[in-house]
Amino acid sequence: MEAGKASHSSNNVEPGASTPVTFGAGGRSSVLSARDVGKRYAANWVLRGANLTLEPGQILALLGENGAGKSTFVKILSGAIVPDEGRVTLVDKPLPLGRPDAARRAGIAMVYQELSVCDEITVEDNIMLGREKSTWGWIDRREQREIVHSVLVKLGHPDLEPTRMVSELSIGAKQLVEIARALAQNARVLILDEPTSSLPAADAERLFDTVKKLAKDGLSVIYISHFLEEIRKLCDSYLVLRDGSVAGSGVLEGTTESEIVRLMVGRSVDELYPKVERVIGKEVLRIDNVSAHELPHSVSLSVRRGEIFGLAGLVGAGRTETVRCITGLRKTTSGHITIHESTLARVTPRRAIRAGIAMVSEDRKGEGLAQDLSIRDNITLSRLGPYSRGGWLRAGARNEAANEWMKRLEVKATSSSQNVSALSGGNQQKVALARVLHQDADCLLLDEPTRGVDVGTKAEIYRLIGETAAAGKAVVFVSSYFQELLGMCDRIAVMSRGRVVDVRPVADWDEPSLLLAAMGGELES
Amino acid sequence: MGSMIRRSLSAAGPLLALVAVIAFFAIADWMQGGVGNFVSSSSVRLVGVQSIKVGIAALGMTMIIIAGGIDLSAGTAAALSGCVAALALDNGWSIGAAVSMAILCGAACGFVNGSLISMLKLVPFIITLGAMTIFMGIGKTIAEDGGTITPPYESIPDWLPTMVTQFPDPLWIAYPLLPNFGWGVWLTLVLAIMVAVVLHKTVLGRYIFAIGSSEPTARLCGVPVVATKILVYTIAGALVGIAGVVDIARLGKGDAAAGLGLELEIIAAVVIGGGSLAGGRGTVLGTLCGVLIMGVINLGCTSLGLENQVENILLGTIIIAAVYVDRLRTQKLA
Repeated sequence: MEAGKASHSSNNVEPGASTPVTFGAGGRSSVLSARDVGKRYAANWVLRGANLTLEPGQILALLGENGAGKSTFVKILSGAIVPDEGRVTLVDKPLPLGRPDAARRAGIAMVYQELSVCDEITVEDNIMLGREKSTWGWIDRREQREIVHSVLVKLGHPDLEPTRMVSELSIGAKQLVEIARALAQNARVLILDEPTSSLPAADAERLFDTVKKLAKDGLSVIYISHFLEEIRKLCDSYLVLRDGSVAGSGVLEGTTESEIVRLMVGRSVDELYPKVERVIGKEVLRIDNVSAHELPHSVSLSVRRGEIFGLAGLVGAGRTETVRCITGLRKTTSGHITIHESTLARVTPRRAIRAGIAMVSEDRKGEGLAQDLSIRDNITLSRLGPYSRGGWLRAGARNEAANEWMKRLEVKATSSSQNVSALSGGNQQKVALARVLHQDADCLLLDEPTRGVDVGTKAEIYRLIGETAAAGKAVVFVSSYFQELLGMCDRIAVMSRGRVVDVRPVADWDEPSLLLAAMGGELES
Repeated sequence: MGSMIRRSLSAAGPLLALVAVIAFFAIADWMQGGVGNFVSSSSVRLVGVQSIKVGIAALGMTMIIIAGGIDLSAGTAAALSGCVAALALDNGWSIGAAVSMAILCGAACGFVNGSLISMLKLVPFIITLGAMTIFMGIGKTIAEDGGTITPPYESIPDWLPTMVTQFPDPLWIAYPLLPNFGWGVWLTLVLAIMVAVVLHKTVLGRYIFAIGSSEPTARLCGVPVVATKILVYTIAGALVGIAGVVDIARLGKGDAAAGLGLELEIIAAVVIGGGSLAGGRGTVLGTLCGVLIMGVINLGCTSLGLENQVENILLGTIIIAAVYVDRLRTQKLA
């Protein structure tokens, strides 16, 4: 209870020399303060000892690599996650933790990456949703209109028509509606989670102007983004998380981009990655100028036998979309996909598989595995040919093959007839890999193959990928985790906003340069 | 103002479809050498009174479908409500009490559905599919033999059947300026206006649209999702109960099995009228057009001497076409 007093003037915590500053319109007392916040899953701390102080009118950039704990942190603040330790105070009052409604009522508004507006009702109805002005259940339109109007004026967008259906609005305008809703609920703190990831540039500019205006009026903002240039434009201070704890914080003015990147990355590579001797041979997969609706833009790549080709980038950069174009899961608007020097006409998943392409999806639950089918079914689903005769399945042979693959990948299960849904994440991922290996494809597209998998299994998966490439397959390795790409790949291409920005041999990359390229920054040489 | 125009435009689709269907049958009738009386006041009255039952129930279904739900038990719940009213009359209760019992019965059916759906978090389709046969079973139980209850003739006052008569005796309304429908038509219209007002002028209406449009968002904004769903199903149930009374007015008896298949007509009316089974969209005006389109097809096929199976095929085609046209329209918007 000692944290309450309004004597904090210095911003956040260490490192060393952050100068005390006051933001916004004078008031020195903090709006929001989080002390020693921690969250763990089983024995694994995803966030620990996190501190944060926010003053009126401050725009704080929350930075960190994927998985550094940013989302966990803001979800604790907005009540979506219950922390295991620590406390949060809002305007000197302790915030009830783990209750989104209480946090919202107290004045913390979160605008999520995926928009939460109702498409089928009007702008006004969305802004007032859940807090309608009414007498005996009848909506008081005039009173509501006044509130909505004043909020839109405050937002700097009085032109937004309250009677318009939200479904007719652009994504940018929908986001404004969401922010307007936060304002109508008298938010003190606005949390924006990668708000520009799906916005066109013009809308993003509009958003920055709006946020700045609101901050000038005293609203405090926590801004999560991967784009350093945006943060420069908008924010006045930063807080970097790395591996679940605060790596550093301070005022943005006078801090260089590479200093921030170093805070985000800063750690050494361990010996997770087996270097298997590989001979790189002929080209297996080539894609030329492949584009699709929105993402990707005109992507060209070439992958050879025995090569592990990394595809790096941040969430939303278009890596998954590129892989889906290659497998025919996403409709391309232009470009060619060539396997073994024959160009595929009209790619469908079935044709892609016939041509020798196999994919492990990043979405294991949704599409990567048929959760309600057995391990055996999942492993053999994409190649049943060897076990069918005139349409009849030969159960014995199929069972044997499934068992063999389970043994080779050390899948821990009671039997091959066990449902995939009963397995742990790591074992499920092994089954997904077993399927593409069983498929005996020449080109493997692995989209985040180690996501949600423990370290031990990760090492096994790395070994498997290395062996597969050594056996003469071409592997495309998509990952948001730069370390594993640097450890595994022969070449790495970096994507940003739908385009390949750079392709280089792995020796010419390091984590800061990958991160900088992925964030669309200029490379310092 | 702009939204009012847009909203009425989105209702214009079903209205145009209604005009097209009427024109189609009028021309077909004329070409077959009919005396041109397809579009006559007598057919208007006939379609009107024949649409009462489905119309009233479809109003409730519109609310449910906008909220992202569905009610497959509406047909058998209507039949059950009719049986309850007939049983009450059979036991010497007054007509007022019998009608109230029917409405209460329908509301109770809806309440049970809504509670199970929102508390057990189960899919409305499955819950109401189960409820459909349960309600029929209960109806048959109270009807005992033959599945029907026929209350004594005298227990039904004269004013009740005039609800559905094509030729009502007192010329209440400014006939011949307006056709003097059986009063059930006017009741349907009054209820329709009430439902439209609830949907567009009240907080409940906003909640219904919000839940159907995006339930997670509604929950995030503090909308009482569970209570709203239960309320919607209950109100829709009460309307189904009124639809059940129409049976008594028309046939003079309650029939527990009469409701099978009715639910599909009710849902079809809402869908033809532009309601989206994905939730969030639907209008009262559209639904009424949907009801009338089905009524006109029914009458048109009869007057052309077409077999029942032709009518089935035609109606099915129109349902699919309506959904497809609706999708084209929304895609253009996006």
